[in-house]
Amino acid sequence: MESHGILAFIGAALTLLGSIFLFLGALGIFRMPDVYNRMQAGTKATTLGNMLTLLGLGLLIPGWLPKIITIVLFVLITNPISSHALARAAHRHGVKLASGSVLDALSDDEKAAGIEPGTAGQPDPASMAGEVEG
Amino acid sequence: MIDLMLKAALLFAGAGLVLAAWRMLRGPDAPNRAVALDVMTLITVPLMVGVAMASGRAVYLDVALVYAVLAFLGVVALARYYERGL
Repeated sequence: MESHGILAFIGAALTLLGSIFLFLGALGIFRMPDVYNRMQAGTKATTLGNMLTLLGLGLLIPGWLPKIITIVLFVLITNPISSHALARAAHRHGVKLASGSVLDALSDDEKAAGIEPGTAGQPDPASMAGEVEG
Repeated sequence: MIDLMLKAALLFAGAGLVLAAWRMLRGPDAPNRAVALDVMTLITVPLMVGVAMASGRAVYLDVALVYAVLAFLGVVALARYYERGL
């Protein structure tokens, strides 16, 4: 059932590499100055680390590979979605950028469109009433 | 050799889990905690697969898959809540 030789070695090496990426992502969560930088370090590096670790474990036991690839594909598809939703929620929640930041394109776009920055997600009363009746 | 590499991988993943847990406990506001929770679930899924491998039961892979699905739904629900309330 378990693989031997070069395949097992490659699997263990992939697992080790992926866990190093997982550790670096968590280190970014620990060290970065504001929530957007933490999201950048945390979600990209950990997605790659998660996929490498799972594929390495799958190579160690090839019989489990189809189910493990299912998990990998699911994480690959859903994690960018959840981090995108979190970033938008943090921006509309009013979380400030770190003091060294030089560009906030979403705030600039909101100002250009005449929306008060940080309030674009709030439903206004008129549309709420329409939703209730509809 | 392979055993040593797997133990080192477990050490790295555990250290990452501790760092993310620190951020989740100390994070200055709610979105920081949600990001740390997201990272913790991403580290936990391979650890669950590792547990399945150590115990030799393929059923535990389903636990890891369902945990990944529920963590995704939980993070999206949290983001929606921060954005406009429930």
